[in-house]
Amino acid sequence: MFSAIWDTFEGFLIALRALRENKARSILATLGIVIGVMMVVLMVTIVAGLNASFAKQLAQIGSGTIYIQRFPWIIQDDFFVYRNRPRMTMRNYEDVKRHSLLASSVTPYVDTMRPIAYKSETVTGVMLIGTDDTYLATTDVLPEVGRFISPLDAAANRDVCVIGTTVSENLFDQENPIGKRLKIGGYYYKVVGVLEEQGSMFGMSMDSQVIIPLGSLTKHFGRRRDLSIIVKAKDPSYVADLNDELTGIMRRSRRLQPGEGNNFSINEQSQLMDTYKQITSGVYATGILLGGISLLVGGIGIMNIMLVSVTERTHEIGIRKALGARRIQILRQFLIESALICAIGGIIGVGIAWGGSKIISQYMPAVMSPAVALGGMAFAALVGVGFGLFPAAKAARLDPIIALRKE
Amino acid sequence: MNINSELIILRDVSKIYQVGKIEVPALKGISLTIRHGEYVAIMGPSGSGKSTIMNLIGCLDTPSSGDYFLNGDNVSEMTDDELAHIRNKQIGFVFQTFNLLPRANAFRNVELPLIYAGLGPGKRRERALETLTAVGLGDRVNHKPSELSGGQRQRVAIARALVNKPSLLLADEPTGNLDSTTGDEILQLFDDLHQQGNTMIVVTHEESIAARAARVVRLLDGEVLSDTMNGKR
Ligand SMILES: Nc1ncnc2c1ncn2[C@@H]1O[C@H](COP(=O)(O)OP(=O)(O)OP(=O)(O)O)[C@@H](O)[C@H]1O
Ligand SMILES: [Mg+2]
Repeated sequence: MFSAIWDTFEGFLIALRALRENKARSILATLGIVIGVMMVVLMVTIVAGLNASFAKQLAQIGSGTIYIQRFPWIIQDDFFVYRNRPRMTMRNYEDVKRHSLLASSVTPYVDTMRPIAYKSETVTGVMLIGTDDTYLATTDVLPEVGRFISPLDAAANRDVCVIGTTVSENLFDQENPIGKRLKIGGYYYKVVGVLEEQGSMFGMSMDSQVIIPLGSLTKHFGRRRDLSIIVKAKDPSYVADLNDELTGIMRRSRRLQPGEGNNFSINEQSQLMDTYKQITSGVYATGILLGGISLLVGGIGIMNIMLVSVTERTHEIGIRKALGARRIQILRQFLIESALICAIGGIIGVGIAWGGSKIISQYMPAVMSPAVALGGMAFAALVGVGFGLFPAAKAARLDPIIALRKE
Repeated sequence: MNINSELIILRDVSKIYQVGKIEVPALKGISLTIRHGEYVAIMGPSGSGKSTIMNLIGCLDTPSSGDYFLNGDNVSEMTDDELAHIRNKQIGFVFQTFNLLPRANAFRNVELPLIYAGLGPGKRRERALETLTAVGLGDRVNHKPSELSGGQRQRVAIARALVNKPSLLLADEPTGNLDSTTGDEILQLFDDLHQQGNTMIVVTHEESIAARAARVVRLLDGEVLSDTMNGKR
């Protein structure tokens, strides 16, 4: 055991000397490995970055939150199947609110895009949301200034609004927005609060929105709008059960017969995550495959170089064998050499990928983890061992006297 | 070790080289016994098979036919690694063409057998330097073969053969490139090694060197022409 470690160390020194004698060739030989490792490491880094950022954005939806809606978030089959579904109604909402035991809060939600005006300023692309006071508890947003829609506002369908930070900045600049009257599609709404900044989700700003009581929205902007019911579980761990419970409540609310399919969708965060993973795993697999192919090509390059090296150094091998080198010692010497060449390639590849990730991280999330970096190097060395095996075995099997005669 | 017991027994050993379709017989049925502690000179004209028989005795090559027993063990039945072990521990071989690693300096060359003997770096350094000094190269330790004269290279080869303290020393024309003074020093070293009980087999063209050995084996065309004990001639 000790002697094996010792021999490995000796083999390492011998290999190091051999590499020093063939610097240029070794570097060239490892080019394929450099590219392969770089691609794989970069791919893993980018996908990991995207995953982390997606998960972060998804977390804004909240893992304990369920959306009962007419359509599923991800439509896998023909949209036609869903087209004839009935709209969600306030009755559905009331049934859910009344019967759900696992929900901590149930919120009705309708949205539509409207331009918002204040004096001479107008902002477009603003999401107008109709909901009630429970929205706060269900979505965890908080007003930064002023207050949110009160139960009374909601019950009386008052024309009051809470605005997002972007809307506030665009319309009011230095003015205090509280108490001011906005114009939304011809109707005046009094600003009662400004929401805290929420950032963006999937590229959409969450701060360019205006929230008004649901009744006010249906009164002024039409009642044939698609209602969503947002349900928050008492605890995120209840989500699966809540899902079942809501399905039951909805089926009863709609008087569906056993055997009839659901004509509504129960959407939750994990569905998005699953779909996202399906998509990225495809990208991931392609990247790994391409990286794998260049590693394979790189490995064959290493094998080729090592075969040349063994042929060139046949005389040296003969000398070593004549002086008592056993097969395993020759084998180890050449294996270590090819592993070392590849490990150097791996280090260079990881280095380039690291630089690349720094550049990429300015445009999209990409952070190389030490585990990925080390893994890349170790894998390169492993490729070296794998593809060095054949040349090394060839060297180890050489007949000493025949090897000695080769100059 | 039992002195005067047989160390080397060659029994009807032949070596045939295949060159294309032509068979070149280098040794033709040689039988030879060498005892522990003997000092044997092998002589013969160029091409008579001296190097060939040395390679066989040195466990580097195997006979085409016939048997070779070393210390009572049949060499042709040994594995590669067993032969490597014997070459490393028991045999010191000074090659006619030196066979030094061209890119390693004198020290690294001499150190080589010690690496494969499993010695640590400290011990290796000590032994290698000691042996290089003994052959008069204490001041050429860091020179590569290309930076040494022919005679100096030969002495590196001799140091390398001696460094692992083998009990059997095989030298193929060890003084061929040496001037008479250094040659004499090397021969004196061989005499000392022989005095210490080592078995010496030396190939030479020079009668004066052969005269130092106790026994002279003459080869001609791959056959033993004569096998005489010095002083009994
Ligand atoms: N590898 C080989 N292939 C073919 N023939 C060989 C080979 N090695 C040696 N021979 C032949 O075998 C014969 C013996 O060669 P060997 O090298 O043993 O001679 P030698 O006595 O050592 O000669 P010298 O004094 O010149 O060194 C020669 O005829 C030579 O041509
Ligand atoms: Mg010869």
